[in-house]
Amino acid sequence: MMLADSLMRTWSAILMVAALAIAGECLIAAAMRRLGDLDIIRERSGLPGAIRAVLSSPLFLVGALCMALNFFAMLYTLSIVELSLAAPATASLTYVGNAAAAKLFLHENVDRRRWLAALFVAVGVVLLAR
Amino acid sequence: MTHRLKPSQYAILIAIMLTASVGDTLLSRGMAQVGAVDFHHLGLLWRALFNPYVASGIVLLIGFFASYMTALSWADLTFVMPATAFGYVVVALLSHFWLHEHLSVYRWAGIGMIVCAVGFVANGPSRTEQVPEQHHELDLMDSGAGR
Repeated sequence: MMLADSLMRTWSAILMVAALAIAGECLIAAAMRRLGDLDIIRERSGLPGAIRAVLSSPLFLVGALCMALNFFAMLYTLSIVELSLAAPATASLTYVGNAAAAKLFLHENVDRRRWLAALFVAVGVVLLAR
Repeated sequence: MTHRLKPSQYAILIAIMLTASVGDTLLSRGMAQVGAVDFHHLGLLWRALFNPYVASGIVLLIGFFASYMTALSWADLTFVMPATAFGYVVVALLSHFWLHEHLSVYRWAGIGMIVCAVGFVANGPSRTEQVPEQHHELDLMDSGAGR
């Protein structure tokens, strides 16, 4: 029973970290897509103009908040789970989850090539951590 | 459907790979010099900012964030993602050739898989062409964010 409890705690912390990262990255990607090519914005209104454009996007601000929460969730996770499990587990879940979320919410054309890439990255990250 | 990236856009993707990995390495090197920070000695964090490794790590990570957002403004998230993962490969290779750390067979296999992933994606288009009515879901996200 104790073992089941700690397994449950470990994996819900890891899932929480991954979910916040996925939400943050998708929101930031959506914000950037809305803004359009940052290189062109910078040419037109300079670096301060580009920074202002990014910071005034509500999608970006919510995404950045998710990334900040992700950072603190990771700190919490590292206090209950070893780094050698937490780092590869959250990274690979984030990569696969990002591919699914990009297809669902951003309507990206996630074809077989991109699914394979996400899976290879997820497995590769786990192998690199060994 | 084939993509055409400008040389400056390739430079941004390479900057993403290098800044994230080298920045993280510099940060961890600097923090190893500063020592462990706990809640009773938060002042150490302020001192850490003046450590040259930590300071240059932070500069590189700011550069990473700027290049990452620039890339997302003209490419899909699923296109940029393997490029960020390639940073892990750069760290592993740096630790092997620069710090002379031993790389196990597993790590070499992991490096190989991430390199393949980059190859799969780099062959395809960098951006999904959107038809106007597909923005529906984004509008939903937008209205949720604006509340």
